[in-house]
Amino acid sequence: MTLPILEAHGLVKTFGHVVGLAGVDLTLYSGEVLAVIGDNGAGKSTLIKCLSGAMIPDSGRMLVDGRPVAFRNTQDARDAGIETVYQTLAVAPALDVTSNMFLARERRRPGLLGSVFRMLDTPNMKKQARQHIDDLGISTLQNINQAVETLSGGQRQAVAVARAAAFGGQVVILDEPTAALGVRETGQVLELVRDLRSRGLGVILISHNMPNVFEVADRIHIQRLGRRVGVITPTSHTPAEAVAIMTGAVRLGTAETAEGHQAR
Amino acid sequence: MDERGGAARRGPIRRGMVVAVAGLAGSVVLAACGSSGGGGSSGQVGVSLILKTLSNPYFVSMENDAKREAAKDNVTLTVAAGQSDGDTQTQISAIDNAISRGDKGILITINGDAVNSELQKARNAGIYVVALDTAPTPASVVDVTYATDNEQAGKLIGQYAAAKLNGAHAVIAMLDLFNNQVVSVDTARDHGFLEGMGIDPGSKTQNGQEAKTGHYSGGDYTVACHQPTQGAIPGGKTAMENCLSSNGDINVVYTINEPAADGALQALSAAGKTNVLVVTIDGSCKYVNGLVKSGTIAADSAQYPGKMASVGVKTIASLAGGGKKPSLPSGQDFINTGTALVTANPLSGVSSQTPTQAATACWGG
Amino acid sequence: MSQVLEASGAPDGIPMARNTAGRRVHAVLHRMPALSPLVVLIIACVVFGFANPRFVRPENLSILLQQAAVVGSLAIGQTLVILTAGIDLSVGAIMVLATLVMGKLASGGTPGPLALAIGFVLAVLAAAVNGLLVTRIKLPPFIVTLGTLSVFTALTLIYAHGQTISLSPGTFLTWTGTTVQIGRFGFTVGVLLMLLLYIVFAYALRQTAWGRHLYATGDDTEAARLAGVRTSRVLLSAYIIAGAVFGIAAWILVGRINGADPNAGVNANLESITAVVIGGTSLFGGRGAVVGSLIGALIVQVFDNGLALIGIDPNYQVLAVGVLVIAAVAADQWIRSVKS
Repeated sequence: MTLPILEAHGLVKTFGHVVGLAGVDLTLYSGEVLAVIGDNGAGKSTLIKCLSGAMIPDSGRMLVDGRPVAFRNTQDARDAGIETVYQTLAVAPALDVTSNMFLARERRRPGLLGSVFRMLDTPNMKKQARQHIDDLGISTLQNINQAVETLSGGQRQAVAVARAAAFGGQVVILDEPTAALGVRETGQVLELVRDLRSRGLGVILISHNMPNVFEVADRIHIQRLGRRVGVITPTSHTPAEAVAIMTGAVRLGTAETAEGHQAR
Repeated sequence: MDERGGAARRGPIRRGMVVAVAGLAGSVVLAACGSSGGGGSSGQVGVSLILKTLSNPYFVSMENDAKREAAKDNVTLTVAAGQSDGDTQTQISAIDNAISRGDKGILITINGDAVNSELQKARNAGIYVVALDTAPTPASVVDVTYATDNEQAGKLIGQYAAAKLNGAHAVIAMLDLFNNQVVSVDTARDHGFLEGMGIDPGSKTQNGQEAKTGHYSGGDYTVACHQPTQGAIPGGKTAMENCLSSNGDINVVYTINEPAADGALQALSAAGKTNVLVVTIDGSCKYVNGLVKSGTIAADSAQYPGKMASVGVKTIASLAGGGKKPSLPSGQDFINTGTALVTANPLSGVSSQTPTQAATACWGG
Repeated sequence: MSQVLEASGAPDGIPMARNTAGRRVHAVLHRMPALSPLVVLIIACVVFGFANPRFVRPENLSILLQQAAVVGSLAIGQTLVILTAGIDLSVGAIMVLATLVMGKLASGGTPGPLALAIGFVLAVLAAAVNGLLVTRIKLPPFIVTLGTLSVFTALTLIYAHGQTISLSPGTFLTWTGTTVQIGRFGFTVGVLLMLLLYIVFAYALRQTAWGRHLYATGDDTEAARLAGVRTSRVLLSAYIIAGAVFGIAAWILVGRINGADPNAGVNANLESITAVVIGGTSLFGGRGAVVGSLIGALIVQVFDNGLALIGIDPNYQVLAVGVLVIAAVAADQWIRSVKS
C-alpha cells in the first residue's frame, strides 16, 4: 500500500456556534482522482479551504507526503505543492494568459536586468505558458496573448487548470470546475482531469454533478454534516446510492469501505 | 484567513476607528476654518466674518484688521471662509451657523449670488448683514456694502496705460480671473480698465465682448486675447504664454490681480519681451514694495481691505447698539472705501501715489 | 467579475465568423489603450496647426510641454491610484502643501536640497495617510481622499497664511525652471524630469512583477488575492509611490513659478483625473497605459493653447475639455465590452 500524498485526520472548524467540520478525515493518493461530494452545508468548501491554506482548522492534523504540515496561508499550501482551482477561477480578466499563468510567481530575467531592474522574463514565460497549455492538450487556445476575458468559459477553465498543473507538484484541488460549463466544455475539463491524474498528481474534484463524478473519479469521498460518512467507488455503488448516502437516507457503517461492499 | 468568526469580531473595532478618524478630520477642518470664539457673553456683540477664502493674503489682512477692531468695540468675532474663490456652499453653511449661534451681525465677502437667499434668511432673523469688497446683486440683499469700486480701480490703471502709450498702437492682453464662472470683481475690473482706455466693453455682464480692434483714447488698439488665470501665479504665466503665442506684439497687459501679474511677468521675461506695460489691481505690501517699486509692474490700483473690515465691524457694533444705517452716496449702492493709483513712474495728467507713499497703507505687510 | 461565462467569446475551435474592421480596431485598442488618445492628439495638433500656423512654431510647442509638465507629472501618480480602481481627489492639495513648505523653508534660509527633501517626505507621508485609510480601515478611496483634500487644504492655509512665496530663479529649488535649449526648442529641466518619470513608470508597470500585480489588483482584487498577490501591500504601495511622484511634481511647480502660491492647486485635482481618463486609463481599474496620461495632459493643453490662438471665447475651452472627457470614457466602455 503506497503512502497517501495528502492526509487529513480529525479536522475541526467551528464558526461560533456553527460547526463547519466536525472531525473530518481524508486520504488522497498520487495518480488518483478523489471526488468529494456532499449536500449544501456538508462542509465541502470548508474542507477544501483548510486543505488549500485559505482557512486554518481549529484542530486536527494534516500530512503531505507523510510529513506533518500546518498551513498559515495559501502560500504555504502552494509551497507544499498543493494547487487549488477555485470556483471563481481567480484569473484577472484584463491580463493575458501568460500573465495570469505566472501571477504572483513571475520569473525575472537572469543577471543584472533581473536583480537590479527587476525586469520580467516575458519571452520565457510565454514559452512556458504555451508549453503548459500544450501539455494539457488544450488545442483550441491558439493565441496566448489574448486577454483572458475574451476566452470562452472552457478555455478560461483550461487556463486555470493549466496554472495549477504547472505549479502543482503534488496535489491539484478543483472546486466545481464544470458548474457553469456546457456539455462540450465539460468533456474537455474532465479530459484535463484525467491528464492530471496520468501525470501522477493527486486530484481532488468537488462536484455536484453525479454523472461527471462517476465518469472520472477513482474514489468518492462523501461528506455529510461536517464529517466523512464514507468512501465509495464508481463500481461499488450506484449514483442513486451515493446520493442516498449523501443525504443521509442510507447509512454506511463506519468500518464499511468500498472494498468491503459487494459490487453490484 | 478567518471567515465568519473573524469578520464578526472586526466589525465593531472597524466602526470605532471610522468614527475616530472622522472625528479627528472633522475637528482639524473646523480648527482650520479659523473659528475663533463663539457666542458672545451678555454685553458682547456676536459677529460672523465670512470671507471668500483664507488662501489669499488680501482676505487674511481683512481678518486681522477685523479682529483688531472687534477687540476695541467689544465684539466677539467668528471667522469662516470658503475653500476657494467661488465656493458659495461653505459660505451658506457659515451663514446658517451665524443664525443658530444668535449672532447680531454678519460681515461677508460674497463668493457668488447663491448666498443671497441665505443672507435674506439671516436678515429676517434680525441679523445685520454688511457686505465687504464685493457688492451683491442686487445691492439691497445686504444692509450696507463697503467695497472698493472695482470699476474705478480698473479705470485708473486703464487711464494710466492709455497715457503711457502716448498714441502708440495698443496690442492688449486681457488676463481675467475665470472663464467658467462670472464673478462681479472679474467683470468690473476688466470693464473698468477698458473704459479707462476709452474702449467700450460691449457688455454689462460678460468679459470678452468688446470689439477686438478699434480706437482707444490715444490711438488704435487690438485686443489679442482674453485668458483666465484663476488669480494665481501659474495661471497668470500660462495665460500670458498662450497670449504671446497668439500675438507676439503685445505691449499692454491687464491682469486681474498681483499674483496673475507676477506669473505674466515671468512668461514675458522668459520670452525675452521687455518694454511691456503690465498693470494690475491689489496694493499688497509685498508687491507695492517689490515689483511696483521697481517699475516692473507699471501701475497698481491699491485697495484697502483692512479699512473695509474695520469700518464693517464698527458699523455692525453701532447698528447693534441702535445706531442708524450709514447713508449711501448718491448713485452708488455701496460705500467706497477708496482706491488709489500707485506707480513708480508718474505721468502728468494722471494723479498717482508713489510706492513709498502707498506703503503706509498697504495690506498684508 | 470573473465568473465562468458560457460562450461569451468564440466557441472552441470554430474560427470567428466575421473579422470586421470594427472588431480589429477593438482588439488593437484592447492591447494598446493609449492609441486612441494619441490619434486624437495628432489630429488636434494638425487641425490647430492649420487654423493658426503659429501653433507649430517650436517656441509654442516648447511652451506646451512646459505648461503640461506639472499636471503631467501629477497624472502619473493619479494613474497608479486609478489603476487599482481607486481615485485620489487630494493630489493638488498634497502638491501645493509640499511647494509651500519647500518655498517657505528655502526663503527662510534652509538649504535647497534639505527644503526639497522635507517637502518630498511630507508629500509621501500625506499620500501614505490616504493609502492607510484605504487599505487598513477599508474606506472607499473617493470618500477618503475627499476628506483628506479638506484636511490638507486646511493645513496649507494654516501654514502659509495665504502668502505667495517668491524665490530667485537658478537656485536648487527653482532648478526645474531652468531651460535647456536644443535648437529652437526650449525644454525646462521640469519637462525633462517629467519625461524621465514617464519612462521609469512605463517600464515599471509593464516590465516588473509589481506592475503586473498592480494591474491584477485593480482588475479583480479578489481573484488576485486568491492567486497569491498581496493585494493590501500592492494598494498601499500605489498610494505611497504616488505621493513620491506628487513630491516631484511640487518641485517642478516651484521651478515653473519661481516660488509657491497657495492658490496654485485649486484645479489640479480635476485636471490630473481628466488627463488620466482622456489618456485611456479606465476608472474601473486594471486597464490603461501610463503614457496615455501624458497624452491626456498634452491634449488638454493643446486644446487650451490652440483655442486661444484661434481667438475663441474662453468659455469654449471649458466646453471642449468636457466633451473630450465624455468621449474618452465612452471609448473606454466600448473597449471594455467583450463583444462576440
